Amino acid sequence: MKVKGSVFKYGENIDTDVIIPARFLTTADPELLKIHCMEDLDGEFIKKVRPGDIIVAGKNFGCGSSREHAPVAIKASGISCVIAEDFARIFYRNSINMGLPILECKEAYEGIDNGDEVEVDFEEGLIIDKTKDLVFKAKPFPPFIRNIIDAGGLVEYTKGNR
Amino acid sequence: MGMTMTQKILAYHAGLDNVSEGDLIEAGLDMVLGNDVTAPPAIDILNNMGGRVFDKDKVILVPDHFTPNKDIRSAELSKCMRCFAADNDIKHYYELGDEGHGIEHVIIPDNGLVFPGDAIIGADSHTCTYGAVGAFATGVGSTDLACAMASGKTWFKVPEAVKVVLKGKKNEYVTGKDIILHLIGLIGVDGALYRSIEFTGDGVHDLSMDDRLTICNMAIEAGGKNGIFPVDEVTLAYMDNVNPARFTSGGYKAFVPDDDAVYSSTVEIDLSEVPLTVALPHLPSNTKRAEDIRDMKIDQVVIGSCTNGRISDIRMAASILKDRKVAHSVRCIIIPGSRKVYRTALEEGLISIFEKAGCVISTPTCGPCLGAHMGVLAGGERCVSTTNRNFVGRMGAKDSEVILSGVPVAASSAILGRVGTPKEVL
Repeated sequence: MKVKGSVFKYGENIDTDVIIPARFLTTADPELLKIHCMEDLDGEFIKKVRPGDIIVAGKNFGCGSSREHAPVAIKASGISCVIAEDFARIFYRNSINMGLPILECKEAYEGIDNGDEVEVDFEEGLIIDKTKDLVFKAKPFPPFIRNIIDAGGLVEYTKGNR
Repeated sequence: MGMTMTQKILAYHAGLDNVSEGDLIEAGLDMVLGNDVTAPPAIDILNNMGGRVFDKDKVILVPDHFTPNKDIRSAELSKCMRCFAADNDIKHYYELGDEGHGIEHVIIPDNGLVFPGDAIIGADSHTCTYGAVGAFATGVGSTDLACAMASGKTWFKVPEAVKVVLKGKKNEYVTGKDIILHLIGLIGVDGALYRSIEFTGDGVHDLSMDDRLTICNMAIEAGGKNGIFPVDEVTLAYMDNVNPARFTSGGYKAFVPDDDAVYSSTVEIDLSEVPLTVALPHLPSNTKRAEDIRDMKIDQVVIGSCTNGRISDIRMAASILKDRKVAHSVRCIIIPGSRKVYRTALEEGLISIFEKAGCVISTPTCGPCLGAHMGVLAGGERCVSTTNRNFVGRMGAKDSEVILSGVPVAASSAILGRVGTPKEVL
């Protein structure tokens, strides 16, 4: 699977409270959550994001709470992939369970700028910055994780395997 | 190659003789936990899959985040959990006002539901609190909770560990909170990412169970998968007190790390050198000595939460606020972490001390810690809080500020109207 879009670039330690503030956790509806995605960090995000766009960030993305609402909100906003130097562990696990593709790649964080057009090939783990004509290599997911993401998350994957 | 304490617990629960860092294992669970934010999505998933809970006595459901419910949506979340608990005859569902109700990570150890060697997951990042009793406990999301509620199992990647050697004795008014903030300041908010934090050393014995619970509670704030303390005389006395039946039956297992266990790094902390510590906005690793903070005016103080809502915290706050007044410009909100803590505070006359000092006293709730209710901050406001996170917008407006501290600094700051220490008020 390949995805392509414009990059929203953020810094290090992007926490789940800025991804989706707790005051909006009275619902788990993706359509309601996405309205407030990244609101306290970047008020323009939800106005500008287009389906396929990509978040690129520094280390420890998704630190903080265990709220699954965070990857749900990001996915519902139209983001097709999050690339970070590394991820907080609960967010990492939740993203796979929710079918949100994530890749760890320090070089991509260092090389890609906000607004760049980027294409990601999940099978090969390739991150291609079309604006700068640069290619970065991330460790691709093993097939079973790709299957979970392709199915749309762990629940759909589990249903499909029954 | 030897195993860490965490690795031994995971191996035991996976039915394996040995595990190594990076192994993917499936482990049986002693308890699975959800709250009013995370359980309802898990319940939807479980219902959708047509599943039932694996064991009605091993699922814990606690309404504590938005309770007493702040609005209709949050009331619907609690209702969802309440109905599910009734339909499934969940033994450990704690309704408001029940004996044993309160903030999840305060009541679960205190109600004797976690023992040394247990493996627990909870759909709340601060589930790591229970490492204080020598258990393996970690946070997960709602989907993992749903699957674990159905199967009683989950998969883990076996972590390596950061070894933290505690030496010496802490100074007066220094608490577990100062120790964990100090540690996070040293190693950073990702200093233990994907790893266990295993505490050891002679200094451990100087720490009360409440100190240990506070320290393990914030292991996640260093990115840790879990925090864990060795089982010693303090642990055994605590277990005997909270659940004498299970304690005397010997239905638990105290694991000891192998002498040749391998750690990714070792940090030594001399407790006598840990200062009263605060974490300034907007990361728990942004630590400073409390006495170095000058003229930082505050609007609010919160004393409570799963980090610092235990009876020793409330007693400490009362000892500082007794016969003193909260500064006129400050709202000081005291939140006993459970019904039992509240009742003890009432019986010991502590509630009266707070009332006379000009504090307001809340029923147990997570409330302000996550900016939910009961003390949300307006734009530009600043709060000294004994909670666990000071991220942008955590307690309210995105330009509000949270300064994390232990109870002595928080109570002193309430009196001073600025960030300060006990020696300035006593």
